[in-house]
Amino acid sequence: MTSDKSAANGHEPHTGGLRVKRGLAEMLKGGVIMDVVTPEHAKIAEDAGAVAVMALERVPSDIRRDGGVARMSDVSLIKEIIAAVTIPVMAKARIGHFVEAQVLQSLGVDYIDESEVLTPADEEHHIDKWQFDVPFVCGARDLGEALRRIGEGAAMIRTKGEAGTGNVVEAVRHMRAVQGGIRRIASMRPEELMAEAKHLGAPFDLIQEIHRTGKLPVVNFSAGGIATPADAALMMQLGCDGNFVGSGIFKSTNPEAYAKAIVAATTFFDKPEVIAEVSAGLGKAMPGLDVASMPAGELLATRGW
Amino acid sequence: MTILRVGVLALQGDVREHLTALRGCGAEAASVRTPAELESVDALVLPGGESTTMSRLLQVFDLEMPLRERLAGGMPTLSTCAGLILMSREVLDGRPDQIALGVLDISVRRNGYGRQVESFEADIPVALLGVAPFRAIFIRAPRIEHAGPDAEVVASFGGNPVAIAQGPHLGLCFHPEMTDDPRLHQLFLERAAAALEVSAA
Repeated sequence: MTSDKSAANGHEPHTGGLRVKRGLAEMLKGGVIMDVVTPEHAKIAEDAGAVAVMALERVPSDIRRDGGVARMSDVSLIKEIIAAVTIPVMAKARIGHFVEAQVLQSLGVDYIDESEVLTPADEEHHIDKWQFDVPFVCGARDLGEALRRIGEGAAMIRTKGEAGTGNVVEAVRHMRAVQGGIRRIASMRPEELMAEAKHLGAPFDLIQEIHRTGKLPVVNFSAGGIATPADAALMMQLGCDGNFVGSGIFKSTNPEAYAKAIVAATTFFDKPEVIAEVSAGLGKAMPGLDVASMPAGELLATRGW
Repeated sequence: MTILRVGVLALQGDVREHLTALRGCGAEAASVRTPAELESVDALVLPGGESTTMSRLLQVFDLEMPLRERLAGGMPTLSTCAGLILMSREVLDGRPDQIALGVLDISVRRNGYGRQVESFEADIPVALLGVAPFRAIFIRAPRIEHAGPDAEVVASFGGNPVAIAQGPHLGLCFHPEMTDDPRLHQLFLERAAAALEVSAA
């Protein structure tokens, strides 16, 4: 990556480099990042053991219900959420809306999610994320999309799933697509890599890197439809590094209990007896939607490319 | 001679990087999430991550008391960033209910170097490592505001301690596991092995 600023040497502190951007995501591994719309929600999330909160105006299921244009959150609300908790605060910018991203960086948010959950501002171009000191997380449905975002400077990936549905099926599909794509490249002969780069529409140097290391160069969380502790553990067993949970917590009948249980299930993802224990007596999960019967125009995952 | 078996507290955080670094030094390393797994290791790494999350999971999954007992029994530790916060005597700007194990004689301020956009890397000389500086990566790092008489300061940056040695323990504000430089993990293994009178690898 020619744009990596980490290479600088010396005793002067160096900020905004690739290692500190990707590094914060490394520190979030094994954890749950929760969507919150108020400082009170943020406190509940922190109390429950969230590793970070995502500040947004409405949780995805409400955005889905209300329709209209969904934008970056109200600035005062983001400030209040930053003041309310000690853990990192993320916030969403519209795809391609680099000015929303500039504003979020100036507010001191710790990570920006260039998110398909908001209404895209640009249908052709994502944000040039190399221009920022704040790191970005971006959604992806498959390996090619993940690598295009990393090529643009994303320091963390999350699979898109289908936000606000309470249905894990798309999250599973996208995680399998990314993991399968990685396994495929790892097993290739070197002369096959350029054709694969062409096929995926992905930067060649990143394809070479995956061929060499057998893994994505950045952390990959799962997102979009995780509604229960078992969903969270499923995504971890499928190979994600951690979970974003949106509507799943604050649209359940008992957000505190759901938040704690999903945190525990993410840590003890391979211990069914723990998942069973934390799943007992939780009350009702958020209502779910059948993604297969939704009209194409209502799908969020197809926003961005 | 027995070989040192090192655990990495794996409730949350950059566990994999520590396991890789330890194994790269030839150590036997395993993740630790349960009291039984804790019992099976000779020394422990407390990794980077979110200290509030680890603190809550330590309490809920009945690891806090076994951990305190092992520490009281002299189990050597390497703690980085969030791990350092857990190991400290006093936490400033934290949550009132978060665990301070009280082993390292230091007072730390959470996120004392600022938010993520202030996260940085710098070359820092570390006593005990010789002349070549260590490339230290600070991510929403804790700042050591005060080090008591039991804590030996082995590196400082901008007037504050950033690395502490205390008996068999090493505590760091930064992340050696995110670099390819194995010297601090090696130092930890050597000191732990010496304290326990076993072989490091």
